[in-house]
Amino acid sequence: MTGPPRAGAELRVRPVEAADLDQVIAIDADITGETKTDYWYELLHRYGTGRSRQRLFLVAEASAEIQGFIIGEVRDWEFGSPPCGWVFGISVRPGARLAGIGTRLFEAICAGFRHAGVDKVRTLIARDNSLVLSFFRSQGMMAAPFIPLEKDPI
Amino acid sequence: MKLQISTSLALYSVLEFAASPGHQVSAASIAAKYKVSTHHLAKVLRELVRADVIESTRGVGGGYRFRANAKRLTLFDVIALFEDIGGRPGGSREFGASTDVGRALGVVLAEIDEIAKATFRSITIGTMLKLIARQRSGAGGRTPSSRKRTRRA
Repeated sequence: MTGPPRAGAELRVRPVEAADLDQVIAIDADITGETKTDYWYELLHRYGTGRSRQRLFLVAEASAEIQGFIIGEVRDWEFGSPPCGWVFGISVRPGARLAGIGTRLFEAICAGFRHAGVDKVRTLIARDNSLVLSFFRSQGMMAAPFIPLEKDPI
Repeated sequence: MKLQISTSLALYSVLEFAASPGHQVSAASIAAKYKVSTHHLAKVLRELVRADVIESTRGVGGGYRFRANAKRLTLFDVIALFEDIGGRPGGSREFGASTDVGRALGVVLAEIDEIAKATFRSITIGTMLKLIARQRSGAGGRTPSSRKRTRRA
């Protein structure tokens, strides 16, 4: 477990690189309690290549360490919606929180979505995940005109 | 969803105090702004003081001051001081609750309550202040009527 970024250390948000993945996996494992190595390598392959403007996998780096990451993509016409950006993963190391890193990551991915030609961003969060829900609310996100449904068992 | 009057009054008051952190705000000014009785407001403010959300200040210009952390205090925290969200009047003793129809209806109503609670838990007083600022600047959140206007446009 690494400590918080050095005070005053410059924070840089940039596309993920293969060398970052071990730290990304560690941050996720620290937060979720599960090490999902194969899943992350698959995400790196699909979102980390930088070949598509529609897919974004960004990391925040300070003090030569990865402090957090965000992943999303532009989806066209899914759920009957015109193209919009979807954020489906964001995490910041617990020791580095409350320093605006999540905000910087979110702003960067929104800029990426705008660059890809969309002007709306959406996400989906577990109802009991108050921490992440509060974060997105603080970024100005409001309830979308959708209701998620599920069935158990299918 | 409809909140009780005391709950709404508490939310209005907390947002007024939080909008002026470090400053004293008089109960009379809030009562006048929202056209409510000072007696009713005083009871609400006493509860907020008891919960350490605000503190009362004495002396000339006395009033109340925001005391909580606006980035941590949620709408749910304030609401829960005054009412039980989802605690339906009569509960399981409600008319028809023990019937098949009543139980099925209860499942749907509980679903709505859970969404409402999650929404209130996710919005801090700090986020509300930002939303108010956006509304004031005209770039605020959507309302059903504004959505309708957008569709017609």
